[in-house]
Amino acid sequence: MHRKAELAVPAAMAVRPRSSRMPAQLDVLQSATGVVLALFMWGHMFFVASILVSKDFMWAVTRMFEGYFFFGRSYPGVVSTLVGGILLLFVAHAALAMRKFPANYQQYRLFMSHRAAMRHEDTSLWVVQIATGFALFFLVSIHLYQMLMHPGDIGPYASSDRVWSGRWWPLYLVMLFCVELHGGIGLSRVAAKWGWFASATARQTRRRLKLLKWGVTAFLLALGLTTLAAYMKIGHEHAAQAGERYTPEQYRSVTP
Amino acid sequence: MIESPVALPAENQTPRRLRITVLRYNPAVPEQLPRLQTYELDEAVGMTLFIALGEIRETQDPSLQFDFVCRAGICGSCAMVINGRPGLACRTLTTQLPETIALAPLPGFALIGDLSVDTGKWMRAMSERVESWLHSHDVEVDLDRAEARMEPELAEAIYELDRCIECGCCVAACGTARMREDFVGAVAVNKLARFRLDPRDQRDDADYYEVIGDDDGIFGCMTLLACDDVCPKNLPLMTQLAYMRRKMAAVGWRGSDGANHS
Repeated sequence: MHRKAELAVPAAMAVRPRSSRMPAQLDVLQSATGVVLALFMWGHMFFVASILVSKDFMWAVTRMFEGYFFFGRSYPGVVSTLVGGILLLFVAHAALAMRKFPANYQQYRLFMSHRAAMRHEDTSLWVVQIATGFALFFLVSIHLYQMLMHPGDIGPYASSDRVWSGRWWPLYLVMLFCVELHGGIGLSRVAAKWGWFASATARQTRRRLKLLKWGVTAFLLALGLTTLAAYMKIGHEHAAQAGERYTPEQYRSVTP
Repeated sequence: MIESPVALPAENQTPRRLRITVLRYNPAVPEQLPRLQTYELDEAVGMTLFIALGEIRETQDPSLQFDFVCRAGICGSCAMVINGRPGLACRTLTTQLPETIALAPLPGFALIGDLSVDTGKWMRAMSERVESWLHSHDVEVDLDRAEARMEPELAEAIYELDRCIECGCCVAACGTARMREDFVGAVAVNKLARFRLDPRDQRDDADYYEVIGDDDGIFGCMTLLACDDVCPKNLPLMTQLAYMRRKMAAVGWRGSDGANHS
């Protein structure tokens, strides 16, 4: 460690140019963008999981996001706008979080040997967070570009055809694990970082956060895998008619 | 006699044969390359690592270097890496460890030789960097005047953080500090949290921001929390890091000039 400066008088007593406020703001923004994205992903999971209730229900959720129940017709542009906002947040979060990545091989090697010697859960989970974060740079970019350009291709058949006939399921499968691990570890780290959900003792806080983190991650992974399997099954059964859109039960009598 | 909470080997039991491997290197003798040396000895009742090392030095190898002063977890001299994790040799009972024990000097500090490191040099630089002393506007101190009174609860709270023995375990356990040697470490943040509580320290948050408000300071902390897990004094490091982070983040967003003392 190096001394910052040689000072003849105590620093706090002297007049000097003040330090930049930027590090504080970047730190808060990193946590804030992460939390918003993680909460969005919770919501996203429940919306896509609507297929587990029924095709009609998933159709209704999709139409809701396209403004169908507000304007009387669908505007997929609404979805694109939302995707655009998430894309901006995602890029901002990636840029902010990249500051924490090992900057060179030496730093990488130091951290990895430290991790191996320590056998310490939170230290090891940081490596998982870095690895999944790195993978998400690419996985999320592909997914969001597709959604940005084809916002209308969401629905019980449209999504299933994309997952199965469009061969998107391998991407979604890898992305599911990366997102849930990254988000779960990240949220609990943010809570510890800012002292949220503090219990009577720090040890108790740690124990509760850990329990909550793994509980939520396990639940979302299970829900995500079941949901993906449902889309794959529907996509497989609908492969012969891939491209055809779903018509909800109540409209079938009037739509030929 | 006070009953020990730790299970001790019965008197009539055959003692375990401990194998202690030490990473040895003396920077003053650079022609002797770093090497691992294994010592064997019988475990004794109530044996700490410090006692084991002392026995090795007395009976097997007088050249083995390690530090100790108090033998009671107060001086912080005997911190070392024990089976991969930093800890105090004098506070580690061999019964808590497997038969094979690997010891290494604390990383991040200047090596004196074998298990002995110069934490003092690092700690002094840290203290000067974050100015871990009382800052007062009163240039003249009246030594005849009675000290200002302090509520016992506040004195207790300050004392709680003042229990730090500067052993260096939190720094050696910190992945951030390992990667980025300029990172200030939990020990420094805990010190500033202590001075922030103290009404005799007349610095405000903007002043503290000047010394830890950057990516080598509180915002460099990645909340890996190993510091909190290894601290031999069980200091509330996670709580203090979060506390100072909130205070320093507030300075960063307030946008005021921080009103430096002048």
